Amino acid sequence: MARIFVPADAAARAVGADKVASEIQAQAAKRSLRVDIIRTGSRGLFWLEPMIEVETAAGRIAYGPVRPEDVSSLFDAGLLIAAAHPLRLGRPEELSYLKRQTRLTFARCGIVDPLSLEDYRTHGGYRGLQRALSLGPAGIVEEVTKSGLRGRGGAGFPTGIKWKTVADTPAERKYIVCNADEGDSGTFADRMLLEGDPFVLIEGMTIAGIAVGATKGFIYIRSEYPDAIRVTTQAIAIAREAGYLGSKLAGSSHAFDLEVRMGAGAYVCGEETALLESLEGKRGTVRAKPPLPAHKGLFAMPTVINNLISLASVPVILSEGAANYADLGMGRSRGTMPIQIAGNVRHGGLFEAAFGLTLGEIVMDIGGGAASGRHVRAVQAGGPLGAYFPPSLFDTPYDYEAFAARDGLLGHGGLVVFDDSVDMARMARFALEFCAIESCGKCTPCRIGSTRGTEVMDRVMAGHDREANLALLEDLCQTLKFGSLCALGGFTPYPVMSALKHFPEDFGRAPNRDVHAHAAAE
Amino acid sequence: MLPILHALQDEFGYVPQAALPMIAEALNVSRAEVHGVVSFYHDFRDKPAGRHVLKLCRAEACQSMHGEAMAEKLLRDIGLEWGGTTGDGRLTVEATYCLGLCASAPAAMLDGQPIGRLNQEALLDLAHDARHQQEGRR
Ligand SMILES: Cc1cc2nc3c(=O)[nH]c(=O)nc-3n(C[C@H](O)[C@H](O)[C@H](O)COP(=O)(O)O)c2cc1C
Ligand code: SF4
Ligand code: FES
Repeated sequence: MARIFVPADAAARAVGADKVASEIQAQAAKRSLRVDIIRTGSRGLFWLEPMIEVETAAGRIAYGPVRPEDVSSLFDAGLLIAAAHPLRLGRPEELSYLKRQTRLTFARCGIVDPLSLEDYRTHGGYRGLQRALSLGPAGIVEEVTKSGLRGRGGAGFPTGIKWKTVADTPAERKYIVCNADEGDSGTFADRMLLEGDPFVLIEGMTIAGIAVGATKGFIYIRSEYPDAIRVTTQAIAIAREAGYLGSKLAGSSHAFDLEVRMGAGAYVCGEETALLESLEGKRGTVRAKPPLPAHKGLFAMPTVINNLISLASVPVILSEGAANYADLGMGRSRGTMPIQIAGNVRHGGLFEAAFGLTLGEIVMDIGGGAASGRHVRAVQAGGPLGAYFPPSLFDTPYDYEAFAARDGLLGHGGLVVFDDSVDMARMARFALEFCAIESCGKCTPCRIGSTRGTEVMDRVMAGHDREANLALLEDLCQTLKFGSLCALGGFTPYPVMSALKHFPEDFGRAPNRDVHAHAAAE
Repeated sequence: MLPILHALQDEFGYVPQAALPMIAEALNVSRAEVHGVVSFYHDFRDKPAGRHVLKLCRAEACQSMHGEAMAEKLLRDIGLEWGGTTGDGRLTVEATYCLGLCASAPAAMLDGQPIGRLNQEALLDLAHDARHQQEGRR
């Protein structure tokens, strides 16, 4: 029976993948052909979704973007023998977007049936756990440290050191918490993995549990991701049933189990201590540190809280060895990063690559420039608290330190592209408004200052007393930066000040003289 | 407490005020605490929603594809503010900040189903269908 792969990723469903799947079924039935439709995650080439694949003796052949009304002509052309058709893309691995990637964390995403443990194991799954069991707790921590893995949630803290702190803190109970709150605009890596390869997270968290001596883990998923919540909950049940969770897991002497918890639409709950409060059933307000979650986290017990991508990168680090991972990258940014290219861009999607590509390569070369066909004017890197980069800074290498040196951040790996129709004063205002909407309310600058900031921006945009108001804005940003307990208030100045610095003309000031290197965006 | 609140909202479309004392009692916390939690999270409504709930993304990636202007036109056309419900009780339009569909922007979610690559016409149609479709078809 012919096997056809159709993504069930939310972003593929959002552009009609379900209808395409049912149309394939209908057309096959009409022609008395037997097909087996397998719903996978997405390969992450979103401009080609829905992208379907047909299995042949020579591997899979992709077609896309497929609309339901294309299905009949695909069958007419000979879909099941992967025949020629205007939508035929060839072997997905040969598409330059995929060929140029180094897929480690996302190795299986878009290929396997996300709920098939057999698929998971056939494609290298649970080899990391096997090696972890032979290394033992201290060996695992050492391996993760050696890999150079840094937290993919935003702060870039070395994961191995975090784990060691928890491992070294004696306690009756310890927890592993996966931060899948993924609130940054322009990011979807967590969602894709939860929907496309949930077992890799389960395996990563199990390894973390063994490493630090925790027997219970929670996956905190934002409520905006209903598909991810459903798939992950099912995957946990399947893993438990197969003996990969619970007591004496995978035939070892270790115990570990998992539970999914759903957020409730609060951006600040992505901040680790707010997330812990939320998990405890409280308002998601930020806790003062110390104590660190590693010492006193969930229910005051030592807790590893990591971003989903950090945890899901652990299985491949263990199965292939720390050196294999650490060999990739540049400077102190080791391994790969699932870069998410989003917004007004032709080739939006997930691009996992070793650190070190330049921002310009990613946006112009890989992303193909603006979807609108106009000039790229700005890129916001690292979510709503990240800076706006003009094309004149497109030579910045994708590296934690290089971005920091330019007052930017990588955050969770999101890049949002804007064309030259953008009004950067509006974007600055939005950053302040977002801070006001999402503030947990603990610090005055964040709670009140952000609202004052939007009012100041309203006056700037209306042309009232511009210079005086911009001076006020700069003052406010200083106060936010230094008077905030967490990065929601503390980093909101980055998008605001970078917009003002690089795009002064949108604020009624004279343009910068350092050419808005349109050439770079050509 | 969050799982209980989610379950209530699933059942009733909002978290009824009358349920708060019961939650407080069951969890052995004060009513003020329960109220504090309910009001903190954007998800929880204090009044019923329309039969269909359309969440429109207002975050940066969707703005870059002009989602904001499309949303404003829709709201103007059907005479709603963000968070409002049409007079016929059939449609609530809410703001959301990122649905993880940022490479298929502008994005929305209708009754939990994701929708991407919206344009003005598609968005107006979506709202129209939600208001006028025969029940049971969706
Ligand atoms: C306002 C705010 C929102 C955040 N949102 C997230 C998020 O959605 N996901 C995430 O992993 N980290 C988020 N973080 C960072 C976390 O606080 C924390 O650094 C991270 O979960 C640690 O995991 P890592 O070391 O694996 O990156 C956020 C931080 C702040 C201040
Ligand atoms: S900066 Fe804002 S979000 Fe962060 S703790 Fe203070 S009030 Fe809360
Ligand atoms: S910004 Fe709209 S879906 Fe992410």
